[in-house]
Amino acid sequence: MTSILLPDTEAEIEAIVHEAAQSRSPLAIHGGGSRPIGGIVHAHRTLSTQQMTGITLYEPSELVLSARAGTPLALIQETLAANRQRLPFEPIDYRHLLGNHGTPTIGGMTASNSSGPRRIHSGAARDALIGIRATTGRGETIKSGGRVMKNVTGYDFVKLMAGSWGTLGVLTEVTYKLLPEVETEVTLLLSGLSAERAVAAMTAALATPFEVTGAAHLPAGDGAPSRTVLRIEGFDASVTYRTARLEGLLRPFGSFETLGLEASRVLWKSIRDVEALETPHDAAIWRISVRPSDGPEVGAKLEAALGSRLLYDWAGGLIWASAPADGDGGAAVVRAAVGAVGGHALLVRGSPTLRASVPVFQPEAPAVAEMSRRIRATFDPAGILNPGRM
Amino acid sequence: MSAIEIPKPDPGILARRDAILAGLAALVPPTSLITEEDERRAFDTDALTAYRRIPLAVVLPETTEQVSKVLTFLNQQGVKVVARGAGTSLAGGAIPSEDAVVLGVSKMNRILDVDTDNRTIRVEAGVTNLGVTGAVSHLGFFYAPDPSSQLACTIAGNIAMNSGGAHCLKYGVTTNNVLGVKIVMIDGTVLEIGGAHLDAPGYDLLGLIVGSEGQLGIVTEATLRILPLAEGARPMLMGFQSAEDAGACVAAIIASGIIPVAIEYMDRPAIKVCEAFAHAGYPLDVEALLIIEVEGSEAEIEDLIGRITKIAADFNPSGLRISQSEAESAAIWKGRKSAFGAMGRLADYICMDGTIPTGQLSAVLTGIARICDGYGLRVSNIFHAGDGNLHPLVLFNANDPDEQDKAERCGEDILKLCVDLGGCLTGEHGVGIEKRDLMTYQFNTIDLDQQMRVKSALDPQWLLNPHKVFPLQGRPV
Ligand SMILES: Cc1cc2nc3c(=O)[nH]c(=O)nc-3n(C[C@H](O)[C@H](O)[C@H](O)COP(=O)(O)OP(=O)(O)OC[C@H]3O[C@@H](n4cnc5c(N)ncnc54)[C@H](O)[C@@H]3O)c2cc1C
Ligand SMILES: Cc1cc2nc3c(=O)[nH]c(=O)nc-3n(C[C@H](O)[C@H](O)[C@H](O)COP(=O)(O)OP(=O)(O)OC[C@H]3O[C@@H](n4cnc5c(N)ncnc54)[C@H](O)[C@@H]3O)c2cc1C
Repeated sequence: MTSILLPDTEAEIEAIVHEAAQSRSPLAIHGGGSRPIGGIVHAHRTLSTQQMTGITLYEPSELVLSARAGTPLALIQETLAANRQRLPFEPIDYRHLLGNHGTPTIGGMTASNSSGPRRIHSGAARDALIGIRATTGRGETIKSGGRVMKNVTGYDFVKLMAGSWGTLGVLTEVTYKLLPEVETEVTLLLSGLSAERAVAAMTAALATPFEVTGAAHLPAGDGAPSRTVLRIEGFDASVTYRTARLEGLLRPFGSFETLGLEASRVLWKSIRDVEALETPHDAAIWRISVRPSDGPEVGAKLEAALGSRLLYDWAGGLIWASAPADGDGGAAVVRAAVGAVGGHALLVRGSPTLRASVPVFQPEAPAVAEMSRRIRATFDPAGILNPGRM
Repeated sequence: MSAIEIPKPDPGILARRDAILAGLAALVPPTSLITEEDERRAFDTDALTAYRRIPLAVVLPETTEQVSKVLTFLNQQGVKVVARGAGTSLAGGAIPSEDAVVLGVSKMNRILDVDTDNRTIRVEAGVTNLGVTGAVSHLGFFYAPDPSSQLACTIAGNIAMNSGGAHCLKYGVTTNNVLGVKIVMIDGTVLEIGGAHLDAPGYDLLGLIVGSEGQLGIVTEATLRILPLAEGARPMLMGFQSAEDAGACVAAIIASGIIPVAIEYMDRPAIKVCEAFAHAGYPLDVEALLIIEVEGSEAEIEDLIGRITKIAADFNPSGLRISQSEAESAAIWKGRKSAFGAMGRLADYICMDGTIPTGQLSAVLTGIARICDGYGLRVSNIFHAGDGNLHPLVLFNANDPDEQDKAERCGEDILKLCVDLGGCLTGEHGVGIEKRDLMTYQFNTIDLDQQMRVKSALDPQWLLNPHKVFPLQGRPV
């Protein structure tokens, strides 16, 4: 039975981690527990940030927000929505895909560097993250960055912490820069394209100045033709103008349907949360990042060898793929396909047995792995924070 | 005379100079090794010209392999290495010590791959910032970060300093636009970090490298994001009778949901100097000037300018002007981009680079005026108002050692004020030697020790640009 520690303050986290380091007893770090991704952590105790909640700073006119790490993301999003602002990077809600009911926190989102379709336009969580406080495996709390938009004072641990999955420190507070909510959005929808043609269309769209903020391709399935979708956001008149220009330029790829604000929002949420691959619940799910032009080739290999169902986001550069849950969960095929073109694959969904038997993250080149190892050793010399996760 | 200490050279290294030069000569072509004092002198400083040291030698390798061999050798010899791009650092980041070898990437200046389909470009690290845009502009693309020094500064220096520029409000700074690097560690190991795809696996090592001021490794290649050029862009000028009005106007524009590509601020002395230099039509009877640039189609530009003009009306703007032509736009930007140079013709100055929350704009300007008055020095403020990155220019007479000392102390006080107001010591120029000793003002021992542990983990002998960024004392074991 694992015990759960629920600190209320940074000082309590420091004491817990310090003691754990002294006794070399590992800690599992939990936000809302909504994204059980990564290797299995073997720890008798869990440190949960559940009680570390609250927005500590919100300046709408400066586009900046700070919150304690355990603050539910829902609270953040409600607060921002009330001021017509948002987090720029459109983080995914993994709960459907992973079938769990946790309460996503801003710390967990940060630790997993979550970002959705808008990544191609507005960057990832790490790009919007401007400040952190974190308790390292030494039981010491460090700060990096701050609340200002530009900061090059000292090494950028802000970026390093984003996507470190709780293995370098327990985030206690994070600060993000925000974007204004847009006036409207429109999605252009093109039916029946092959993956190659779809990527060509999306690539052409992204080479225009019309600021496409989402470019995805949903392959054919269940009798429905494939759909290739492009999102445009902004002020009303500008969206209308850009939509028309884009339609004109992309005529060689076929004719477009247009989805208005509501339909567009629903569609992009389903793409963001990878709803198309939710069932069957036992299939393994991979998240693969390659150059967009390599996307169709990788996708075709997975379809042929694993019968994968696919979703292409980021103009083809992000492939979500299902794979049979048994055996290696498609690991050998996925790694070979990615290895042939360069890129990386993360096993997002898989049984604990599967996650224990194949590398969940893309194995790094030895020299890069050595650099990561040395860095981790400086933050967590006793190796007590989420050991085994990455 | 000068206040910033550059450590005394290690006599042991100086004594071995001939052997070290011979070792280097075996690793790089003769044209890549500079040993004569006269020629080495060209590398004795960067844009923080008050400080100079002639390096032991200068190596200008042509390939990553040569960089690797040189570092392997210098690491074995225990010789310090100072990486150098174009030497435009304003923080003294590229200033050597007499016992250090300068390793410059100026010969590594090839464009390796342009890939408009995937919107990336791969370049050697010595390519200039403007050279990157130059390689893709005929294809309708550009590289977004645009430091005012872009004609000269290199991608290597941009990566090391995480440089920004006027248009970073919308497009982000260097760290938001680099996808991958090839980097050589001090022991000669060559690493590829990131690549042409968006997500890097594992820790965000790229994020750590960017902004690490040449202390963790030598960058030899970079994969950068390129973006499609906007259909059009147009700057407008707005004068204000007070800094408060200008600051409030900036806040109101951003709160309205508009993110212009640039919002630049100049105070009265800066306006005067820049106008005399660029003849851009800056209003001369105002306390503060904003240059706001928006982009898009003709109709979008008109729409945004209309919205901004309406918002500004609440803040008593005067001398509102919207550029009417390409030439006028160019002149407006010429004035801003050459502000530092133009000011330099009038007086010596040190250019500070603090950052503050934008809501503190008028508080910081009042504070800066008070601090400079206290030292009896004049100051001129130019900055990126959209993101609160200030560049106060503290004017002084460089021929008067006392004044230089005063100017430096004045600059320090200004940066401390920025930190007190919730900001930081440097927004884009980096710490270098200039702000090294102020680091303890922004960070406590725990913060700094952790940064220095990372330095020690990747460069155990502290050979890469060792006397920069951190206070000289207090290096953890
Ligand atoms: C209304 C609502 C809307 C949502 N919308 C979005 C959305 O738009 N975009 C989006 O991405 N997601 C959205 N989500 C989901 C959410 O972003 C993530 O699932 C969630 O933030 C993950 O956090 P968690 O606390 O559940 O992480 P956990 O599953 O608890 O942890 C994930 C990883 O992070 C580590 N970790 C957790 N906390 C910390 C910490 N403080 N310090 C260090 N490491 C830590 C863990 O060890 C683990 O490795 C939404 C959720 C809700 C409720
Ligand atoms: C007139 C003027 C205007 C400026 N305007 C701006 C501006 O608007 N925005 C801005 O951000 N900066 C600005 N700067 C500062 C400066 O131009 C930038 O910091 C620039 O990035 C430095 O590039 P560089 O090639 O000259 O690098 P250098 O000055 O040669 O070196 C800068 C740092 O990079 C390190 N370095 C160099 N090469 C490598 C390498 N291969 N690997 C690892 N580290 C390396 C050096 O050791 C040093 O620490 C300006 C400077 C001047 C003189």
